[in-house]
Amino acid sequence: MARYLLRRTIVLALSLVVAGLVLFVLLRLLPGDPAAALLSVGADEAQIAAAREQVGSDQPIWVQFGRFLSDLARFDLGVSFVSNQPVLPEIMERLAITLPLTVAAFLLAIAIAVPLGILAAVRADRWYGVAISGLSQLGLAIPVFWIGILLVWLVAVEWRLLPASGFPMRGWADPVAAGQSLILPIITIAVVMSASLLRYVRSATLDVLDADYLRNARALGESFPRALIRHGIRNGAVPVISILGIELASTLLGAVVVERVFSLPGLGSMLLLGIEQRDYPSVQGVLLITTLLVLLIGFAADILQRMIDPRLRDNRGSAR
Amino acid sequence: MKFAPQFALAIGAALAAFASPALAQSDPDAIIRIGSLYEPQNLDNTAGAGQGINEAFNDNVYEGLFRLTDEGDVEPVLAADHSISEDGLTHRFTLQDGVSFHSGDPLTAEDVKYSIERVMAEESRSSRKSSLSTIESVEAPDERTVVVTLAKKSISLPYNLTYVWIVNDAAGDISASEDGTGPYTLVDWRRGSALSLERFEDYWGDAPANGGAVFNYFTEAAALDNALLTNAVDVITSVQSPDALALFEGTDEFTISEGNSTTKQLMAYNDRVAPFDNVTVRKALARAVDKQKLLEAIWDDRGMVLGSFVPPTDPWYEDLTGVDPYDPEAAREMLAEAGYPDGFEFTLETPNYDPHPITAEFLKSELAKVGVTVNINIITANEWYTKVYQAKDFEATLQEHVNHRDIVFYGNPDFYWGYDNPEVVDLIASAEESDTVEEQTEKLRQANRIIAEEAATNWFFLYPQIVVSSSEISGYPLNGLNAQFFLRDIEKAE
Repeated sequence: MARYLLRRTIVLALSLVVAGLVLFVLLRLLPGDPAAALLSVGADEAQIAAAREQVGSDQPIWVQFGRFLSDLARFDLGVSFVSNQPVLPEIMERLAITLPLTVAAFLLAIAIAVPLGILAAVRADRWYGVAISGLSQLGLAIPVFWIGILLVWLVAVEWRLLPASGFPMRGWADPVAAGQSLILPIITIAVVMSASLLRYVRSATLDVLDADYLRNARALGESFPRALIRHGIRNGAVPVISILGIELASTLLGAVVVERVFSLPGLGSMLLLGIEQRDYPSVQGVLLITTLLVLLIGFAADILQRMIDPRLRDNRGSAR
Repeated sequence: MKFAPQFALAIGAALAAFASPALAQSDPDAIIRIGSLYEPQNLDNTAGAGQGINEAFNDNVYEGLFRLTDEGDVEPVLAADHSISEDGLTHRFTLQDGVSFHSGDPLTAEDVKYSIERVMAEESRSSRKSSLSTIESVEAPDERTVVVTLAKKSISLPYNLTYVWIVNDAAGDISASEDGTGPYTLVDWRRGSALSLERFEDYWGDAPANGGAVFNYFTEAAALDNALLTNAVDVITSVQSPDALALFEGTDEFTISEGNSTTKQLMAYNDRVAPFDNVTVRKALARAVDKQKLLEAIWDDRGMVLGSFVPPTDPWYEDLTGVDPYDPEAAREMLAEAGYPDGFEFTLETPNYDPHPITAEFLKSELAKVGVTVNINIITANEWYTKVYQAKDFEATLQEHVNHRDIVFYGNPDFYWGYDNPEVVDLIASAEESDTVEEQTEKLRQANRIIAEEAATNWFFLYPQIVVSSSEISGYPLNGLNAQFFLRDIEKAE
């Protein structure tokens, strides 16, 4: 296990460096100059030149990259071109919204998808089994922003139950208001996420239902629910967990759309604004941190699978 | 990206006044909640903070020697007295007594000198910088007196000084904090979310009619509208489409007010390149576009069609829509006369945000009727700035110009659209050296007529300036000139 952890950590660090390099190059391939975002109509040549010097876009790309790497080695993500403030504290402040949003939506999606998915598989021949599958298909087809807009209109504008958008000025220091402002965004993400999860859970359960071990367990006298819970879920969970990892990671990035619909000052809106303004330090910072999180999620999913499935724990095992 | 309306000239015209009659009973400590789409990028107006900082801070947190009122007039604020020497080159300002900064430091002439020099400094990104370049030196002979010496006469000096915040010379970096003399101090700014101000108890002037304000920032216009609908904010500073207005019409819960904006939508040609270097071609294209229909498509019956670059809040405004009226038949004849009987083809650089893509499609179909083919090239605001504004590498482009008194752009042959008429350059330069406002106004009016006659640019329409509020509040500015949103007179019912 120790060797395994070490190996995974090295891979993780290398992945980060490669991701950083790719990000750096791709960003600079975008047309436009970061200096432009800082100026308005009426700026003269001298001001443009001064702004370029300030953001370093007058330097050759390898000089810029060298600077970026040396900063990164010191865990310094740099200072935003636009706000003149260090990028890292802002990322942390915004993660305090995006992270709870994503994790809560994820948990809610699991709470919806797992029981319904199992039910849809076990009762695939009943009308409600079919109905659940049908609804999940519908959920997959609906764009996430549309659900958000619909929920805002219904719950916030018509019923006035929850705030339509925004996040309280005092943030989590005002926990009730902060929590309330996240409810609709969480539901929005969870609805879409549970639709796709449900389908995975359903097909994993269907596979398990046909498995020999389940038949054997029942032959040995276990009731069907007990056999399903003891053997079925554990086996079915292994493929579902890798999907969960991928879903969680993509939600972290996909929160951009939901944050925009709800005007939440999360990581996604910072990324979007950064791209619009060619604020390289902000964009690089956000993407590096999210890359790190995505890698960590993959790491966690891997470990979880190993805990559940003993065959994976042994590297010489056929499953690996 | 909307460009900050920071570039302009001279003294103002009066139009719509402040909203609504006084309310029966108002709460002197009310916090006014404002919804806006324009979050400042930072808190320093010389560091590329954008128009949002003017909205939140001008005359609220920072004051100038002068202010530009919502009616377009220039009035003294921190300058108690202003005298000009015989030759017009030396301006002497006496400061208001008893003024202190939010930090407690008293206001002195040194602070004013520091503040003006800050805008003129090498690293300043202020778009006012070039209009202050006539300043040769700023001196502070005593605590209460500031002497500004000019290289040449500048009738717009007081106007230009409305853009200069008076900042404490001990404040240092103000990109995330403030130290001004205004009636409000900054409490907190949560990036991406909100900025809050509270009343400054030691303010030298009359106390504001409210206890403070919170600016809530939104990224989506729909979210902004919802915030007002659900009473999460009291007022929204800009409505982006007529559809949104339907939400607030027909009820006494909300007040809708329409002021005069200075935002002009236009198609700028690169006047340096063929065929746009040909006046007849430009006039033909001006006649080929049904601007009224375009305006209605975008704003219903609000806003107004333009015949030139000057909006009605500029003193040198004149209705010039009759110079090149809509007449596709005449347009075809003029194109033939100019040597393009079969029309021509050009690329239209189109910013990717509203209303430009719609306008581009409209133009494409209008110009097709006179045989001209438009190739639409969608670009981001940043690309626009780099490619069109800086490199001037374009044939024609759509843009909205938000600035107040910006006809001066036509006096600069190096400006992105490359309009170069020595007579106009001379009129605009000499208008600045006028002795009287009347003389300045007359010269700029002449310049405006010439650019209209030569169809320097294809000006379409002026946006309406729409503010919607809960009917519980009143006293907010209607025109929002220079994006300013004065807070001190806003009252909220108890």
